[in-house]
This record gives sequence, C-alpha cells and structure tokens, in this order.
Amino acid sequence: MSDGTPKTNSGRLTAIAPILIALLLVAVFAKRLIDIQGGLDPNQVESVLLDTPVPEIDLLPLPGRGPGLTTKNLKGEVTVVNIWGSWCVACLSEHPLLMKVAAENTVPLHGIAWRDEPEASLRWLARNGDPYNLIGQDPISEAAIAFGVTGAPETFVVDPEGVIRYKHVGPITITDWAETIAPLVEQLRQ
Amino acid sequence: MNPEIGHYALALALPVALVQAFVPLFGAARRDAALMAVAGPAALLQMLLIGTAFAALTQAFIASDFSVINVYQNSHTAKPLLYKISGVWGNHEGSLLLWVLILAVFGAAVAAFGGALPDRLKARALAVQGMIGTGFLAFILFTSNPFLRVNPTPAQGLGLNPLLQDPGLAIHPPMLYLGYVGFSMAFSFAVAALLEGRVDAAWARWVRPWTLAAWSFLTVGIGLGSWWAYYELGWGGWWFWDPVENASFIPWLTGTALLHSLIVVEKREALKSWTILLAIVTFSLSLLGTFLVRSGILTSVHAFASDPTRGVFVLALLAIAVGGSLTLYAIRAPKLEPGGLFSPISRESGLLINNLFLATAAATVLLGTLYPLIADALELGNLSVGAPYFNTVFIPLMVPLVLLMGIGPMMAWKRSDLAGVLARLKGALFGVGLVFALALSLSGIDAIDIAGSAGIALAAWLFFASFTEWAGRVRLFKLSPANLWKRVKALPRASHGMTIAHMGMAVLIVGVSGSSAWKQENILTMGAGETITVAGFDVTFHGAETIRGPNYESVQGTFSATRGDGKAVTLKPERRIYDQPAQQTTEAAIHTAFWADLYVVLGDGPADTGRYVVRAYFEPFVPFLWYGILMMGLGGLVSLSDRRHRIGAPLRAASIVELAKG
Repeated sequence: MSDGTPKTNSGRLTAIAPILIALLLVAVFAKRLIDIQGGLDPNQVESVLLDTPVPEIDLLPLPGRGPGLTTKNLKGEVTVVNIWGSWCVACLSEHPLLMKVAAENTVPLHGIAWRDEPEASLRWLARNGDPYNLIGQDPISEAAIAFGVTGAPETFVVDPEGVIRYKHVGPITITDWAETIAPLVEQLRQ
Repeated sequence: MNPEIGHYALALALPVALVQAFVPLFGAARRDAALMAVAGPAALLQMLLIGTAFAALTQAFIASDFSVINVYQNSHTAKPLLYKISGVWGNHEGSLLLWVLILAVFGAAVAAFGGALPDRLKARALAVQGMIGTGFLAFILFTSNPFLRVNPTPAQGLGLNPLLQDPGLAIHPPMLYLGYVGFSMAFSFAVAALLEGRVDAAWARWVRPWTLAAWSFLTVGIGLGSWWAYYELGWGGWWFWDPVENASFIPWLTGTALLHSLIVVEKREALKSWTILLAIVTFSLSLLGTFLVRSGILTSVHAFASDPTRGVFVLALLAIAVGGSLTLYAIRAPKLEPGGLFSPISRESGLLINNLFLATAAATVLLGTLYPLIADALELGNLSVGAPYFNTVFIPLMVPLVLLMGIGPMMAWKRSDLAGVLARLKGALFGVGLVFALALSLSGIDAIDIAGSAGIALAAWLFFASFTEWAGRVRLFKLSPANLWKRVKALPRASHGMTIAHMGMAVLIVGVSGSSAWKQENILTMGAGETITVAGFDVTFHGAETIRGPNYESVQGTFSATRGDGKAVTLKPERRIYDQPAQQTTEAAIHTAFWADLYVVLGDGPADTGRYVVRAYFEPFVPFLWYGILMMGLGGLVSLSDRRHRIGAPLRAASIVELAKG
C-alpha cells in the first residue's frame, strides 16, 4: 500500500531532493556560461589537449576501402582529422565543405568513423560522397576517448611532428575553414 | 501600424505583468477580494498589449519595413507572404514575442473562463502566470528587443534561411510553444496549490484540460518538426536525438506522465505531491529547453544565434522559477494530506508504474543530452553520447511501458484482478501471435526482420488491447446497434480520447519499428533514360530542367516509378538555390502509398554532363509515424472536449463516469 505522499524522514528527503538536483544543474550551467564568458569557446578545445602529441591509435579500415588509420599516418606532414558517424546529423551539415576541401586537395583529410556500423559508414559515404584520405573505424570509442572527443563532428589539425595544434567542436563552417583552419595549416607547413 | 506602437505596448505590458504578479498574491494572503480581483483585468490587459506588439511586428514583416533590424535580418521583399509572416517567429526575438503572447492568451483564458475557480486559487495561479510573464517580458525588452531600428534604412532584407521557408516549419514553432507554454498553466496551478496548502480532486479537474491541450499541441509540434526533418533535409531520417529535439521531447515525456498522474489525483486523491512535482518539473524542463537552445552551451544544428548574455538571463529566470517553486515544494509537499490507499495490483499502481517509466525515460534523455556538460563540470574528462546511447537505453524502457499500456486501462481502481484482465485479453494475445507470424513470413528471419516484427507485434498488442478495452466498455458484441450507439455516446469523451491516443501510439510504434528495420536505399549516377531500382520499384529518370520559383531557381528532375504491372507515378525532386540568402536546399519527391513512401532525391552531378547523383529510398511504414502522431493529438483533443473538462461545467458528469465503468 502506498499513496505517494511523503510523511516520514525519507519523505522529507524526497521533498528536498528535487531542489538539490535543480541547484546542482544550475551550478553546472552557470559554470559553463562563466567559462564561455571567460573566453571558452564551446567549439574549441580545452587547453590540456592542445599542443600534446596525438594518442597512439591503430584503427581498422572500413571493409574494402584501403588501409586504416594509425598514429604513423599523422606524422610527417600537416593533417586534418575529422570525427564523424553516419548517425550524426551535424556531420552532414559540414559534409559539403569537407568535399570541397578534398576536391581542392590542399591538406590530407583523414576520418575516424566513430561508434558506427562499418556498413552504415560505407553507405553514408556512398550517398554523400567520400572526402577522406584514410578512414579508421572506432566502434568502441578508443580513439575518441584518447582524442578527448566531446561529440561528433570534431576536427583536429595535427602538425608534422604529430602534435595536436587545433580542435574544432561541432560542424565546421566556411568561415571556420577560411579564417582559422586553412591559415593554421599554411602556418604549420612553414 | 507603427513599430513604435508595438514597442510601447510591449514596454507597458511589463508593469502590467508586475501588477498581475504581486497584487493578487498579496490580496490572496490577506484575503482581500478587491486586490485579488485585480488579477483578471490585468491578465486581459496584458494579452491586449502583447497582442498589439505582436501585430505591430507582424505588420512590419508583411510591409517589409527594413528600418526594423529584426525585419532586415530575417526577411526579404521577394519572399511569399506566408514566409513573411512565419519570419516573425523564425528568429530569436520574434519567437520570444510569440512565446509571451501565447502565455498571455492562456492567462487571459483563465481570467475569462475561470469563473468556477475558487477566488484565491485563481488569483494565485494568475499571479504566478504574471511572474513568468514578467521574467520573459524583461528578457525580451532588455536583451532581445525585436523593435530596434536601424538608420539608414537598408534597401533590401537579408532573407530567411531557406530551410525554414516551408509550410510545416511555419506552424511548427507556434505548436511547440502552445505546448511549452500550456504547461505553464499546470505549473502556475501547482504553485498556487502549494501556496494554498491544498490539493484535491477539484484541483486536478481544473489542471487537466490545460495539460491535455498543452500535451496535444506539443505532440503535434514535435511531430511537425520530425516530418519537416524527414522531407526537407533530404536524407530520409526522422529523429536524430539532437539536443534541440531532445529539449522538446523531455517535457513531452514528463507531460505525458503528468497527464496520467492527474487522473489518479482526480479519481482517487492519491499521488498528490508527485503530481505537483511533475507539474513543476514539466514546465521547468520546457524552460530548460529554451535555455539550451538560446544560450549556445551545447552544439546543435538547430540552435539560434547564441549569445552568452542571453544565456545568463535565461539561466537566472530558470534558477528563480525552478528554485522558487521547488523550494516551496520542499516546504509544503510533506504537509499535503495523504490520499487514498491502493493495492499493488490496481489502476493506481498501473498509472504509477507508467509514471516511473516515463520519468526514468525523461531523466535518461536529459542525462544523455547534458552529459558533455556534466562530464566537463565534474572533470570526468570529455565524453559524450550520440544516437547509439539513446537507442540502447530508451527502447528497453519503452517496451515494458507499452506492454503495461495494454493492461492498465482495464485494471479497476483500488484493487484489481490481474488474472481476470489477462483472461479478457486472450483474443488480443492471439491477434498478436498472428501479426508476429505474418510479419515474419512477409519479411524473413534475419535478426533485423525479427526485431522489426517484434516491434510490430508490440504495436499490435497495444492496438488490440486498447480495442478490447473500448469494446468492453461499449459492449460492442453484446448490444443491438441502436443500444450500442447510445452506449458509445454515453461513454465519456475522455475514454474515447484515451483509446484513440493509445491506438495512435500503436500506429506510431509500427512506423518506428518498420521504418527502422526495412528501409531500403539505392544510389546511382544517372543520365536521362536510365533506371534505378529500389524495393521492386523501377524509377526511370527523364531528365532535369531549370525552373524559376518566386525567390529561388531550381533544377527539377522528372522521374517515373513503376512496380510490376502497376501504373506509373511521376516524381519531381528539386535542388533549389535561393536568391537571398544564397543557399541550396533539396526538395525530396515523396510518393506516399498509404503504408510506405518512395522517396527520391536529386543530388549534384558532374558539371555539364547532364548526369546527376540520384538517391532512391523505400521507406516502409514512415507514413504510420504521422498517422500515429495525428491520432495521439486527436485523442487529446477528443478527451479535451469531455464535458467534465469544461471549466464551470456541472459536476454531474461524475455519475456518467461511474455508469460507463459499469
């Protein structure tokens, strides 16, 4: 038998719990907003990951599509690494830009297919075009966690020594590419 | 009408809202009838003022008055009239104005039609509405004023995002806001009841119609958004677990729970404090959605241009509304009179379990949506979740809920007999077995076929069980047609509404399961005269031509599709390039054959070859999603038309309920 109305001590706790949870959430939001006002761009990397070498990865290829992606591939020249998945809506919005970048062939663009079925990834690429040089599968988030990915899509710029120099969270726009990423790639080449 | 008149009316609405927020509250505390009576006229005046402001802004959009920055940024003279009007709420400032307008209309409706409400409850509920209005009016006036001018006046506007120039999306935001804001009524009544220190069956009867209306609008609003994503974005999906979609879905889940727990309060005076909490939480989550969308703290494809100042303002509003109401809850809820007792096997228990599943589902979706923020704040590192998380955790919560939905409505109040209920459902169970076997025999025995067939069988369970329950109530197979019709008419509309909405849910599940399991697609670079096949359809391309629309240029392909000996249907997908802003959109061509869609998209082709990338999808059961959502919305409205829900209706309806339960 129950009537859902708190009467006992535990009942009083039930009555107080919602406000405590709400206060915690408000604190989390406030911290985020303060960080944003203090200059944190939610579409930018936390400083810890900037300027550190890329993590050790050795990712399998998508079946029937050339070699996979390993740390070796991210050394020796400036590269751009894009995290995506066929389930990711926002990835589609940046896709035309990636296709354009690939067509201009200015910088090797590698993909990490994050938490995706290989067939789904391949279908998605067949449907929307394949801008990637190499693609590694990351079904269990090993690379995503190592790269500190917060959501898809994310894009990293890696210098010739294999050090992460820039991270962009969320879809890249033409402005992001023209004003930030492309100049950085140029600069890192020198 | 002059934009300044609108601006002035909006500025005047703020002090009126302040008066509405505090004078009646003070009056209720002092039992001063004159002060309490201020609430009604204040609410009506507020609606008049905000209505004037909204009309002035709409007028500026229709007349393309580009001296108003908001119009300049979001409109264009060449836009069709419909999209000039929908441009009013196709941007941050204007959509907030629509938000407060709806709030004011709801408030005025309580003032005008709430004659039967106890004076103090009415005064307090309107005061809480006034507080919400005050917060949002201040937000608009101080951070998001739609009436700001620019000098010199630009000759032409920047235009509305072409993706938003769509009939479905033109009415999507108003529907969504009718839902969000409608829940503010439940919130206001909940806070008023806490102030009164009293929650009873009559209270639930007053709150339920507002909740039903809000729920119906939100259901249809979310459905419209999903429909739009399906046909406009051109990649054939209909739900993506994007933060902005989740922001509307979470209050829907708790609102659905609220709708059901209110029944328990009304019928049995139990679950009172839980229901009050749900009312507070549902509106708080609506506010949270507003905050997430407008502050830019999460990455989403749908977000409005974000601005941290606005984020701080909305967060402050959220903190005051949620903090204030939940503090009041923490103090007052333990003192609410406990309600009736019930056994673990009873209608009450069924509705309580329904609530637990829905609340858990809402918490799960909320956690997934906020996970990047929470992980970041706790310095757990950077982790986030996508569609795989949501599908993994959400489906296991929904399956038992739907199983319960079949049984729950047949259980008696207080103490029920589970074996008896299941015995009545033997026919339904037999039907489920038949449907499952039929689905398997038509599809196959791969894992995906079994999963899809199981989903359809689950839907069949809900459909047949709902039908059995309804048939039992009207004694479908026991009465002569004339008596049957009398019986159908005597059954409360709320019961018919429930059956329609539950069956709508069954139809929706067919859509979800079938489209997830058996979608087929094919992609080909095609020239004129070539044929692509998908799911037994031969789709022949007859070439593409450039056509001119009112404010865009379009490449339109012509396809004909045949299946076997059937007659051909013509499909004309387009790729449009809008003039201003110059942006490309795909217009998929969709042929709906009752249970499935044939969906053709014209892609880019290699330049100047006359060849195009063509994507053809066979989308089985997708139309069922829309049928199901419409049935759910209709069920809500039918239930709303129940005479018990008309404020001020005599309470003799209760006896009809007893009769109907028979």
